[in-house]
Amino acid sequence: MSSKIRILVPVKRVIDFALKPRINKTHDGVETQGVKFSINPFDNIAVEEAVKIRKHNKGVVESIHAVSIGPSKAKDVLRTALAKGADTSSLVDIGSKELDPLAVSKILKKIQEEQGSNLIIMGRQAIDDDAGQTGQMLAGLLGWSQATNASKVTINEDMTVEVEKAIDGGVEIVKAPLPLIITTDLTLNEPKFVTLPKMMKAKKKPLKVVRPEDLGINLESRLETVSLEEPVPRKAGIKVKSVDELISKMKELKAI
Amino acid sequence: GSTLAFLETAGGQITPASLSTVTAATQIGDPITVLLVGAGSMEAAKQAYKLPSVQKIIVSESEKYNHYLPEEVSPLVVKLLKENSGFKHFLVPASTAGKNFLPRVGAVLDLQPLSEIIKVVSADTFVRPTYAGNAVLTVKSKDDVILASVRPSAFEPAAEESTATSASVEEVDYVKSGNKTEFISEKLITSERPDLSSAKVVVSGGRGLKSKEEFDQLLYPLADKLNASVGASRAAVDAGFCDNSLQVGQTGKVIAPNLYIAVGISGAIQHLAGMKDSKVIVAINKDEEAPIFNVSDVGLVGDLLDIIPELTKKL
Repeated sequence: MSSKIRILVPVKRVIDFALKPRINKTHDGVETQGVKFSINPFDNIAVEEAVKIRKHNKGVVESIHAVSIGPSKAKDVLRTALAKGADTSSLVDIGSKELDPLAVSKILKKIQEEQGSNLIIMGRQAIDDDAGQTGQMLAGLLGWSQATNASKVTINEDMTVEVEKAIDGGVEIVKAPLPLIITTDLTLNEPKFVTLPKMMKAKKKPLKVVRPEDLGINLESRLETVSLEEPVPRKAGIKVKSVDELISKMKELKAI
Repeated sequence: GSTLAFLETAGGQITPASLSTVTAATQIGDPITVLLVGAGSMEAAKQAYKLPSVQKIIVSESEKYNHYLPEEVSPLVVKLLKENSGFKHFLVPASTAGKNFLPRVGAVLDLQPLSEIIKVVSADTFVRPTYAGNAVLTVKSKDDVILASVRPSAFEPAAEESTATSASVEEVDYVKSGNKTEFISEKLITSERPDLSSAKVVVSGGRGLKSKEEFDQLLYPLADKLNASVGASRAAVDAGFCDNSLQVGQTGKVIAPNLYIAVGISGAIQHLAGMKDSKVIVAINKDEEAPIFNVSDVGLVGDLLDIIPELTKKL
């Protein structure tokens, strides 16, 4: 078994979490013009955790590589990852195309092979498509162990990894040797802000651009968007003035 | 064709989320085969006999399946789907267990699963929320076998019929997996209250409650009065008022009870994604501008320390 950990952190560029996305006129996507994009919050936590693991386990982490699959503007989220402490990065430039999680996992498998990564830490879901699949799919393609929704990660001396994970109704603890894929829950850590000097320094760190054609993967989508609509809005009801009125209104609505 | 549905069990009982999965399966229209694995699955099979459209029950009681480790469950599901070309759909509840192994199965079979479907349009077309529920996607799958997780709150749990069906039971052996992941322990928040995911009434607290003490002292008596489950906003979880497993929202549980009482919750997009499909929403907040009032059926503005005890007393 390798005694060194080579971490891979996939990061996605998504519409900033604080913004409410608007459906486009053709109803097949959301408006992206003039909209602020950021690193997917769960992926930000993944980068933070990779850096934390390096800090708390002296000499154990050999490298941290960040990868993004997206348009050339996704270089921004890679620079965020580099500024936070990733050593190197690569962008798989797919232009404005959107890929299924299956295609994304196939690309990530290629990057893992190239990097010789044995620990992959990634967000449990991207907040745009909300699929929550890529980590598990990549684990399936690689035949690796997986620990999803991690709320605590501990690297043991024998290089096994203990992961506390959020499950319905509580937490579960699992242990696995490397290689392993971990997906992050929001409670795993609190990402620090990236300072401007660190951002400036990150510009000097390696950022390699890869063309998807060179990876020899069929990126064709299995899913066809029929339409994208806004949900039927909920109408605001009434405001009452007292607890008594509240109770009678609840009775009227047959809620109690 | 037919539909394979994975049913999760707890203590020998089929979970409510799994019963919702059966409902989604009946809407596809094909006969249903259900899969039950791990301890208590034979016990739960007795319940499966009474579910609508169930033609066959596959059971594996191997203890390797006890905690639904995806590394163990996937090889079994992959084998079943490969051996029976009649299965055109495979559905799982969108529980943490279902969402954990379904994509793994998809990757191994080179299929692209659909996450958290909320509506069956036709055999190949489904509706699912994206962007934290701010957009509703109608999507058509080109896969030969369609894999999907089913959002429990979007489908009524299937009701047991009074007489058992003539479904056949097949026991299957453990499928060798090469798994290296070890289950160590689990800590479940046990409570006398109904489970948050399936409760008819939910009382939920946010940052408007100033402390853990206030959260406990105001919400639990009200919840007791209504036989309700207790939920929370992410802000309340982050502030340490309660356990993360109570979180309702895009990053927590997505629920749709008959009555949702939001106490001191402002109504961030993230939170609304988790509860806006509730039948009746009641909001109590001291800030009359709080966005929660834009989605609530009944709102009351005022001091929580006065209102909640009064409400609890008068109900």
